[in-house]
Parts: sequence; structure tokens; C-alpha cells
Amino acid sequence: MTDASVTRNATPTQAAPTRPLWTLARREALAGSLFVAPQLLGVAVFVLLPLALVFWYSLHEWNVLANTFEFTGVQNYQALLEDTTLPPVLMASAIFAAGLVVFNLSLALLLAVLLNQKLLGITAFRTFFFSPVVVSLVAWTIVWGFLLQHNGGINGVLKLAGIEGPNWLRSPGTAMASVIVVQVFKNVGLNMILFLAALQGVPRELYEAARIDGASAWRQFRRITLPLISPTILLTSVITVVGALQVFAQIAVLTQGGPGQSTTVLVYYLYQQTFQFHRFGYGSTLAIVLFAIVALLTLAQWQLRRRFVFQEQ
Amino acid sequence: MSPRSLRLLPRALRLAGSLALCLAFAGTAAAQDVKLRMTIWSANEAHLKLFNSIAEGFKAQQPNVSITFEPLPFDNYTTALTTQIAGGNAPDMAWIFETSAYDFVNSGALAPLSKTLSATPGYALNDVAASATERWTKDGTLYAYPFSTSPFGVFVNNDLIKQAGAKTPAELIAANQWTWPNAIATAQAVNAKTGKGGLVVRDFNYQAWQFLSSVYYGWGASPWSADGKRCTFTDKPMVDALGFVHDAVFNKKAIPGPGQNVDFFAGDAAMTVTQISRASLLPKDKPFDWDLVPLPHGQVGEYAIVGQAGVGVLKQSKNAEVAAKFVAYMTNPENSAKLAQFFPSARKSLLNAETLGKTNARLSPVQLDKVVVTGISTGKLMPGHTDFARLQQMVRAGLDPVWQPQADIPAAMKAICAQIGPLLAK
Repeated sequence: MTDASVTRNATPTQAAPTRPLWTLARREALAGSLFVAPQLLGVAVFVLLPLALVFWYSLHEWNVLANTFEFTGVQNYQALLEDTTLPPVLMASAIFAAGLVVFNLSLALLLAVLLNQKLLGITAFRTFFFSPVVVSLVAWTIVWGFLLQHNGGINGVLKLAGIEGPNWLRSPGTAMASVIVVQVFKNVGLNMILFLAALQGVPRELYEAARIDGASAWRQFRRITLPLISPTILLTSVITVVGALQVFAQIAVLTQGGPGQSTTVLVYYLYQQTFQFHRFGYGSTLAIVLFAIVALLTLAQWQLRRRFVFQEQ
Repeated sequence: MSPRSLRLLPRALRLAGSLALCLAFAGTAAAQDVKLRMTIWSANEAHLKLFNSIAEGFKAQQPNVSITFEPLPFDNYTTALTTQIAGGNAPDMAWIFETSAYDFVNSGALAPLSKTLSATPGYALNDVAASATERWTKDGTLYAYPFSTSPFGVFVNNDLIKQAGAKTPAELIAANQWTWPNAIATAQAVNAKTGKGGLVVRDFNYQAWQFLSSVYYGWGASPWSADGKRCTFTDKPMVDALGFVHDAVFNKKAIPGPGQNVDFFAGDAAMTVTQISRASLLPKDKPFDWDLVPLPHGQVGEYAIVGQAGVGVLKQSKNAEVAAKFVAYMTNPENSAKLAQFFPSARKSLLNAETLGKTNARLSPVQLDKVVVTGISTGKLMPGHTDFARLQQMVRAGLDPVWQPQADIPAAMKAICAQIGPLLAK
């Protein structure tokens, strides 16, 4: 050891006021991070990673049988423009989504208003309309498939009334409407419960004041109920649109995309291209298109809230 | 080191050596253990029992190899199989539909089988009809073995036909009048008099149009040319054949229409066109008076059609060689004879009513001879093509306008060819 080092070590240093490492704020932040870590990990592994992988696959031509995986750049995206089946598929998706949103929300609101009464046994009615929500989707669809067959239950009942029913799932005019109705009846209960909760949150005194001012029931509904439940209308419309664009099982079970291409919606087309035609690269490109459409629509609806949603103003 | 430790050292070394030897031996034994998996589309208990007994026989020869059979749903079999392959979980061996044969054979997904089969003592590969292996062969090499070659026939419910006062197929055959128009006349009579279904083309369901080939082959029609390059839906035989079927469905009501669920084997129809392997579906309790007859004569006269199923070894398998040996064992003459009770063999030596009768108790020697032996010997395969799933879907969508009461068949055929033409020409 040199003299200099002895001197340096011997020099007393000025003890700076040290800040404790584990302050309360840091401890709480760490605890918070640890609590959300499993969820974040789940989202990263099961949502973000697959999303990134799908984008990566969309830049490749992946032939599963030949076990080849070649980088093709934007070729799959160019193929979208040349795909003559895609426009009718997007149109079918739009018709399904529009039909579902209009029919589902109107029926859900109507049921919610009707069931928002203090009557004996009203809970039983609410349970009845909500019960399809908890039924297995595929089981529900298969049962409806039997009912909608040409010689099925619905046409059997119509025959009793002397009416020759159409071939619901095989005629171009009725297939899409049938699929929409099956889906509406399956999920209308969920939106109904959300509307019911919103309706019960509307202050009674507003109606009393309106009645004193001589407002009719329709005017009360338009001027009080609708504005006050508008956040719920936004929520249910976002949920329903996103759900409508992701419809698959009902199409696979009821129509397999037919007749013709009339019920081939985007997710079913994606499934066909990927898993039936083994075009994994192009199928991934369609998945990116679906993601972009859902993201854009959700964003648009979110922006619209400023104009239409009462509590946001 | 202490003297005591020094004394114990040789013992410790010996112990360590023994342990190392044991571990090495165990490691070698584990490395030799081979587990093979075969995907199949049948979940029938009797089928699985037979496969397992064959697997046991192979294990007796190669004790380190164990085989499992994984049934996948019939309707989505190929989709489920390719998903497994895409997920890096490919089976070692797989059944393959004849319609997907070109996709699997041409893509290079399968390992070659010819050498292993030829090298297996007593296999007699030349006993297998060359016409049967054609679709599974590329450049002279066999890539999958057609273990099932099942001809199509017509199952008949004589009780219903007699109830309707119509002529049974047996009577029509005896009078040399077993033609499609007469078969449809019988079916029409049954529907009109009993309200039951007339004739059902099983598995077609107005979607899987490849099964309708059991009818349109009778007109000499096919979806595409023999080289697979040209769409032939617009050709006269196909337009005529589909016109005949359309008339039978919508005017004569002899064939249940789209969206109607009619099951022959439940006694709800007079006749059904299907593969003879479906004989297992005939009711055992309260059976009706049933018969099995060849397909009616079409415009081309007598004709036959067979459905095939192949079994191949996936190239991705880590144990492709052992898997090929198992395929050779499973389809050797002895096991082919056992399999023939469910899956008719394409081996010429097994193709006689006597041998088939030993394992097909429900069919009479006459039925076996007329439908099975003749069918396999002369039958044409169901249509197939590379990229079949895509073509199937395009044609399915294109045929939907045909299955309407007021259909313009020539226009629909033109639209189909416009759709699939470019894909065929590739």
C-alpha cells in the first residue's frame, strides 16, 4: 500500500445526507407493478406477440405442406387489391355488422324499457331474455340450424298456418337475415342488461319535472332518457360492432359462407384462406386488414362521443 | 486428503463408474424408444380396436416402438391436419383423402414409401392394382398407400319401395332396366306415395359436389380435363347431368332438396348412393329389407366410382423411417385382409367375393362380386386436383345458383369456369 493511498483512505469524507432507496412511493409503485405484471405478461404473450407474428407472417408466403417460408415483402398486400372475392366479402361483413347493430341495439333498448318496470315476476322475464347469453354459442347455433332447415321447425309451424316457408339458409335473400337474427337473439340479453342498468341510473326527479312541464312520454324518452343513457349506447355499439366483425362460428355452422358468397364475412374468408387453402401468408394479411378496420371503427366511434354522448360534453 | 478418504477413493470411483454406466444405458434405452402417432378420421370403436391390434403386432416385432391413433373430426380433417403441421406438431403418419392426394404428394410433404414397401419381405407391392396407386405416385415413387378403396353402390330400402308399389332395383336389374331415369322414377314414386325421401346422394348435401360425381360420371362428365388444365363444367355431359339432377330435385321431388335432412339408414329414404363401407350404418335392431346394388346405368352405360383413402408418412417426422416400416406392416397382405372388413383393399389377391365374404358378413357374395369386385376393378376415382380445397370452395359457391327452382344451368356453368379456369391453367 502506497503512502498516497493511505492518505486518501485516511481523509474523512463529508457524509452527504442519503435519501432512503425504498421510499413509500417507490414501494407502492413496485407493489403496483408486481400486481399488474402477470396481466401485462399475459397481454404481451397472448396478444402483442401474436399480433407482431401475424404482421411478420403477412410479409411471407408460408406453404405449410411444402414446409417453405419465403419473404415476399408487400406482395400479399398487393394481392388484396387483385382479390376479386374481397369486395363482396367486405360488403357481407358490412351488411352483417350494420344489421346486427341496428337490430340488436333497438331490440335491446326496447326490451330494457319494457322490463324497467316494477311488476310482479319481472325478474323472471329479465332472466328469460338474458339466458341465451350464457348458452354455448355453437350449441345455440346448431339448434337454430335445425329450426331453419327447409323441413325444419320454423317452416313446420308456418305450414300449420298454411304458409310455405322459404329455404332460410339456402336462399340468397334470407340467409344473411337468418344469421343476423340468430346472432341478435343470442346476445341481445347482454345489451339489454346494460341498458337496464343505465335506465335505472336516470334520476326519477327529471321525469317528474318533465311531467309537470307537460312533456309527453315520447318527449321524455327523447329528451331525458336517450341523452342520459348515451354513454351506454356508445359502449354497446362499440362492443356489438367489434363482435359483429369477428363473427365466425355462426357462419361456419349455419351457411359455410353460402349461398354463393353471400354470407362469407371477413373472418370466415380469413379462415378459408388460412386453414382450408393453406395460404397462411395471405390469411395473415387479411387478419391485419380486420385489425385495421376494427381499430378505425372503434376510433371513429370514440371520436363521435364528443358530439353525441351527453356526459362527455 | 485424510488416509480414510484415500482408502474410500477406489470404492467411490467404482460406484461413480457404475452409476455412469447405468445412466448411459438408461439414456441409450430412452433414445431407442420410438413413439409414433397417426392421425385418422374414424373414431369408430371397431376400427380403433383393429388398428390397435395391428400396432400390437408391430410392437411384438419392434418392442421399442409404440403407436397411437389420433381421430380427428371427419368434416374438418384436412384442416385440422394442416393446422397441426403449421403448429410444428405434425403427426408421424396421416390418413389422406383422395381429393387432397395431389396437394400432399406434389408439395413434398410426404416421405417416399416405395423402397421400404419393396424391401419388406412378403409385401408384394406388385399385387396392388396400378390404377389404385396412380394418384399417390409422383415420378414413379409411391408417397402414400391407398389402404382403402371403397366403391360406391346404391343401398336400397325394399320395404319403402314395395309400400309405394314401385319396381325395386333388383327387379329393374333383372329386367335390364336399371338406369338413372328408372331409379329416379322409383324414388319419385316413393316420395309421392309415402312422403319419405326418394334417393339421397350421401355426403353431397349440396356442398361437397365431389360426391355428386357418383351421378355425373354416368354422363361421362367431369369437372376438369384429364390433365387438370381445362374447366369442363360447360361441356354438354356436365350440363345434361346437372339438368337431370335439378329436374329430379325440384320437379320430380325424387331427391330431397337443399336444406332437407334425410337419413337413409334411419329408414327415411328409399335409396342412397354411398360407399359400401357405410354398410356398418345399417340398423341392427328392427332392420328393414335392404339391398345393395351397383350404380344405375348412365348415358355412358355401366360405370363405377371408388373413393380412396391413403396413408402416408410426413417428411417432418423425426422417425420417418420407422413410420414407413409401420405403414409397410399395416398394409402387408395379412393385415390388408384384416383391414378389408372395413376398408376394401386394392390388392388383386384379395379382390374376390370369397375372401371379401370372410370379413363382410353383412354383404352377400353376389353383392360383393357385383358392387365391390367390379367397382374396384373398373371404378374411376372421385375428382381431385392440386389446390383442391380452393377449387372445391369456388365450385361450391358457383353451384349454389343451380340449387334454386328457377336455375339457369348453362349460365352457372359458365360462371364456374370463369372462376376456376385461371387456377386450373396455372
